[in-house]
Amino acid sequence: MARVLRHASGDKRFKILEAHIKKFQGRQDALIEVLHKAQELFGFLEDDLLLFVAYRLKLPPSRVYGVATFYHFFTLKPQGAHTCVVCLGTACYVKGSDRVLAAIEQAAKIRAGETTPDRQLSLLTARCIGACGIAPAVVYDGTVSPRQSPELALEQLKGWLPHAH
Amino acid sequence: MLIEDLLAIAEKERTSRKKTVLRCCMAAGCMSSGSEAVKAALVRAVQDAGLADQVEVQGVGCMRLCCQGPLVAADPAGALYQKVAPADAGALVQAGPDGAVGVQRADPEQPFFRKQVSIVLANSGQIDPERIEAYIAADGYRGLHTVLREMTPKDTVEALIKSGLRGRGGAGYPTGLKWATVAKTPGAQKYVVCNGDEGDPGAFMDRSVLESDPHSVLEGMAIAGYAVGASQGFVYVRAEYPLAIKRLQIAIRQAKQVGLLGSGIFESPFNFNIDIRIGAGAYVCGEETALMASIEGKRGAPRPRPPFPAESGLWNCPTLINNVETFANVAPIVRRGPEWFASIGTAKSKGTKVFALAGKIANTGLIEVAMGTPLRQIVEEMGGGAPDGGQIKAVQTGGPSGGCIPAHALDTPVDYESLRSLGSIMGSGGMIVMDETTRMPEVARFFIEFCMDESCGKCVPCRAGTAQMHRLLDKIVKREANARDLAKLEELCDLVAQTSLCGLGQNAPNPVLSTLRFFRPEYLELLQPEEGAAPEIAAAPR
Repeated sequence: MARVLRHASGDKRFKILEAHIKKFQGRQDALIEVLHKAQELFGFLEDDLLLFVAYRLKLPPSRVYGVATFYHFFTLKPQGAHTCVVCLGTACYVKGSDRVLAAIEQAAKIRAGETTPDRQLSLLTARCIGACGIAPAVVYDGTVSPRQSPELALEQLKGWLPHAH
Repeated sequence: MLIEDLLAIAEKERTSRKKTVLRCCMAAGCMSSGSEAVKAALVRAVQDAGLADQVEVQGVGCMRLCCQGPLVAADPAGALYQKVAPADAGALVQAGPDGAVGVQRADPEQPFFRKQVSIVLANSGQIDPERIEAYIAADGYRGLHTVLREMTPKDTVEALIKSGLRGRGGAGYPTGLKWATVAKTPGAQKYVVCNGDEGDPGAFMDRSVLESDPHSVLEGMAIAGYAVGASQGFVYVRAEYPLAIKRLQIAIRQAKQVGLLGSGIFESPFNFNIDIRIGAGAYVCGEETALMASIEGKRGAPRPRPPFPAESGLWNCPTLINNVETFANVAPIVRRGPEWFASIGTAKSKGTKVFALAGKIANTGLIEVAMGTPLRQIVEEMGGGAPDGGQIKAVQTGGPSGGCIPAHALDTPVDYESLRSLGSIMGSGGMIVMDETTRMPEVARFFIEFCMDESCGKCVPCRAGTAQMHRLLDKIVKREANARDLAKLEELCDLVAQTSLCGLGQNAPNPVLSTLRFFRPEYLELLQPEEGAAPEIAAAPR
């Protein structure tokens, strides 16, 4: 544990995280809220970070790991500089989001859930982002874009891809 | 806070309103079509034209016709504009009595709008969801005042029972009965939980309610807290809905500031606080016992019921769980009386239901209709039918737990029982229209893949059963299956439905069963003769 705390001492982000934990008075039921904050600060949840959270909330590391791996929203691997989330909800599906995803996979040469080797782009899928009225929807770096086609998606991804068309 | 203070806020809000109000939709759908830029351009145009004392620009919640966004409405003329661009701002601000020139008009009298009955969405698109004053001016928090000052908790529960309101999250359990159970369960600490984990793909009603009128949900929760004797509430919202979370945070802060949440509300002994809990992308957390586990910071795995949450819920305390839309119905029921509410709808399904229309349909967006409205009226009249002259083949309701209703059954009224008799469910209210290009076995595979991925893994029928069902459906879609496989699939459907622990597994076979029931020839067409079939592969996928 000493290693984790030493690790923590030099990084301001851990201070912010600690303040957040204090906001919840260190309550163990705030674990998911704390993990949200941790991922927001660090981009992903690496082992040291999970250990730190476990230590501060006085929870067994197994419990923290169990929760972090249960929920899709948490990622234990570093993400690319840009993220592209293709919604595969039913409305997007019947309007052809599978074709949009296939086009992106082909252009980026990665499968959904992967990151390009140059760490520029992470390609993710979502179960439904509730943007059904403007389907098919794709989220580029947090911004929802309506009515996407394979062409529109590739246009958007220009510059994020190693060998852009 | 006293009633006089509330009325004063409402009065001030009403009198300070400018002559012309331009309402710009700031819900997630229109925002992703660029409504933020439109609003900024409108604000600038008002200043440039020197009309700041006559025209005000308001960001409001969902105006429902999402496919035509960004939407802007002009009061008091009532004109509605669609596909508005920032360049249109000047024309909108300087519009004469005949409306703005050169901006696309939407007809507010078209069936999509005219046939709606608004209770839950009454404020949606009308008021600024980020200002509590706007909600108060629309009679907000009057219902809470009524119950606290004029009604006993028992009266409040009675009123809910009399209204006939049933849960809007899917199963349709009578809300009043649920409240009564929690109210009579002894316990020093009780909780009220709002289920905003709207995970069904194709459903975005709860998101819109939270984004457009968050205070209506808070008020409903506070009334529920008083009725059942709880002092703490939680709203559980999906992490996928950042705007809804932000607006809820603002709403809770404002309600606390003016004393409508906190201690001694309306100078009564009633205390009530609400905290937000953010989901983390697990569909199963929409199931109430899984949701409670998640609020407690654990893996969202369901547990057997009984005990029901009403008896032993959050931290083993009596807990009332209702859906967002259910809570949004509460304040109107108190304000206008249970008799009024019960006069809307059918004998067994009272009030209205909000549906999210999406898929292969001309008008996509939100509609609120009286229970019992025929599906045909919703998809053909209001929704405008399939776009580009296509033919509607089926309507999918209830998400992965629901089923596909074939075009020939469109005259079915939407209420809990009728949809169930067709092998579907009301569900939370997603309605996805499919045309003849959609192949039903692929739809079934799509939903089973969803359930397979989202199964929490706790019980075997759901964890292994959905994986095997997916394997069989995949074989069918790839034309590698024979009649024996289909028989096995049907057997598995029965097994998974009968033996799974929670609603996710119990309802997972519904999309398969309903498409088999109404579109069986599509499956049979894909089957291979038995001797020519591919050899059986025993290993599970993944």
